[in-house]
Amino acid sequence: MSNQINWEFPQALEDEAIYILRETAAQFERPAILFSGGKDSITIVRLAQKAFYPGKIPFPLLHIDTGHNFPETIEFRDQLVASLGVDLVVRNVQDSINQGKVQEETGKYASRNALQTVTLLDAIEEMKYDACIGGARRDEEKARAKERIFSVRDEFGQWNAKMQRPELFDMLNGKIHIGEGVRVFPISNWTELDVWNYIRREKLDIPSIYFSHEREIIERDGMYWPYSPFLNTTEEEVPFKQKVRFRTVGDMTCTAAVISEADKLEDIISEILEAKISERGARMDDKRSEAAMEKRKQAGYF
Amino acid sequence: MEVLRITTSGSVDDGKSTLIGRLLYDTNSIPQDKLEALHAASKRKGLDFTDLSLLTDGLVAEREQGITIDVAHIYFSTPTRKYIIADTPGHVEYTRNMVTGASNAQVSLILIDARKGIVEQTYRHFFIANLLRIPHLVVCINKMDLVDYDQNRFNEIVTDFQLLLDNAAFKDQVVRFIPISSIYGENLATRSEKISWYKGEALLEYLEQITFDHGDSNHPARFPVQYVIRPKTDAYHDFRGFAGKVASGHFNVGDEIISLPSMQTSRIKTIQQFETQLDTANARESVVITLENEIDTSRGNMLAKPGQEPAALKEISAHICWMDQTKLVPGKTYLLQHGINRVKAKVQGIQHVIEVTTNRTIEDKKELGLNDIGKISLKTAHPIFADPYHINPANGAFILVDEYSNATVAVGFVE
Repeated sequence: MSNQINWEFPQALEDEAIYILRETAAQFERPAILFSGGKDSITIVRLAQKAFYPGKIPFPLLHIDTGHNFPETIEFRDQLVASLGVDLVVRNVQDSINQGKVQEETGKYASRNALQTVTLLDAIEEMKYDACIGGARRDEEKARAKERIFSVRDEFGQWNAKMQRPELFDMLNGKIHIGEGVRVFPISNWTELDVWNYIRREKLDIPSIYFSHEREIIERDGMYWPYSPFLNTTEEEVPFKQKVRFRTVGDMTCTAAVISEADKLEDIISEILEAKISERGARMDDKRSEAAMEKRKQAGYF
Repeated sequence: MEVLRITTSGSVDDGKSTLIGRLLYDTNSIPQDKLEALHAASKRKGLDFTDLSLLTDGLVAEREQGITIDVAHIYFSTPTRKYIIADTPGHVEYTRNMVTGASNAQVSLILIDARKGIVEQTYRHFFIANLLRIPHLVVCINKMDLVDYDQNRFNEIVTDFQLLLDNAAFKDQVVRFIPISSIYGENLATRSEKISWYKGEALLEYLEQITFDHGDSNHPARFPVQYVIRPKTDAYHDFRGFAGKVASGHFNVGDEIISLPSMQTSRIKTIQQFETQLDTANARESVVITLENEIDTSRGNMLAKPGQEPAALKEISAHICWMDQTKLVPGKTYLLQHGINRVKAKVQGIQHVIEVTTNRTIEDKKELGLNDIGKISLKTAHPIFADPYHINPANGAFILVDEYSNATVAVGFVE
């Protein structure tokens, strides 16, 4: 059934997301967009641009830089910020490490993914953000499937699945106590395919690593890892060159590549529909345990 | 492409999770790695088949207890439609989750175990679907394999259910009964050969052809102002746009409008969606409206058409579902949020509580706690511009927020 491709983006999803962004601007004093440079946060920025046009986007972008990003993503980020004239706030995981607040992981699976939660919470406190807008989607992962659109977090940024506020109709309750914060998820109801169809419809630029390119990779656990100075490799893991692309953009240490010749959006979308592996299946950070995401969310992750 | 939102309710063990898992499986919506994880998990549990119900269990506590605690959202699509399922637990202590899941749905899907027939929870699910006036109701009579696909058993349950329909307040619900076996996929994606006496569509076929216009096109025009856009740039020096999502009805360029509560009138100069100029804004579209002249309008106000504007309500009678651990306190002031507009509202009194499973009103019960449904009267500090829920659902619901805990404690339906 799904072999037939539907290229049409469901417009109701954009109307809903714009409504949520306007509620965020109206209900909070200092909201910010969590920007990773991935396709979902690029979509959020586009929606914000449309929601407040002809006014400017009333939110700064907050990027938690792990130091292990793909250089292509950082380059893309800086271009986007310059073209939209929005403020960019960058906070570095390296600083949290230097301050002794977090410790670098060791071993071949070492990644800074879990570490960024601490940097994020510090940035939220420092900048006094009362709402952080993220590009998380409910179809990504089973803990996220239970997430609210306005997700209230305590002083430690923690998600309490059992204490969530019911969300009725389209009414959003963003009332919080001092010290609490809200994570806002405007594209909660989008699927990966919806995001790609939207990027196609809106003709959005995305970082080049989403398209097929030649890159040095290593093979590990049946997946292909981008070779970089940040990846701890064993002697058997010898890098080789291969045409690949990335389906999701996390750190270079926790995002697997897929072998692909797809260099157009249409080809990427076709590949997704035939894909044998789920989007987050390419994320090492989710593979740590069956409840990996749920645990990170409780700790204050998106 | 249309989005169809479905809410599902079922009792423990009546096969709801299996049904959803099966719909995903039959529409090729489960990626290979997730399917393999399901095989492995089923094996670990000592099952000799792939338990598709494991797909919808999310949280650690839910997996431990084998139940659904919260509303889970599940997505799949066919070449013609995108589907969103709000999967809610069926037990009485999760009534608030059922109401939450139902609040955005166009279809309510109720499961009945063919062996057990109508049980207490069926009454509850039906009552909620009816109270919220969900346009379509699909009653799946499941586990037909365990009653030998017996037509008489199916007919018995349909006859029993008819009694519920006869006593319902909302009569315009479109109802369909489908005999299914979710574990074997009978009558889910394709018609069952084993149930050849049933001549209707399989579940997915039926969902594919359901038509709906969100019930909004015949309703009066309502535009809650969410945000005022004033760029103050050289290019848009005097621009003042009212951003919002049309709640119901539609607006055209040139229409005369009235702003509530200021009661000032003007005409629509432009309707914009980003860089595109539109002639019409329809229900549920997020747009920016500019007016011919400057009138007093800000966030929380509402634009309507003169002569069709909603009444200014200060005394409200409403059905509510209570959603908080702390009981409703008569005489207490809560924040009432109608759409995006907040006012203080004092609870004047509880008229009655409804025993959901029997549809009986209990006049002498004057207490509303978690998961209770009843009727109350409220008095607001400022008028709200709501329509009765039964006339215009899109402008007839509200929530109550506790001013101290900030929790959403109730949802209400204006009478």
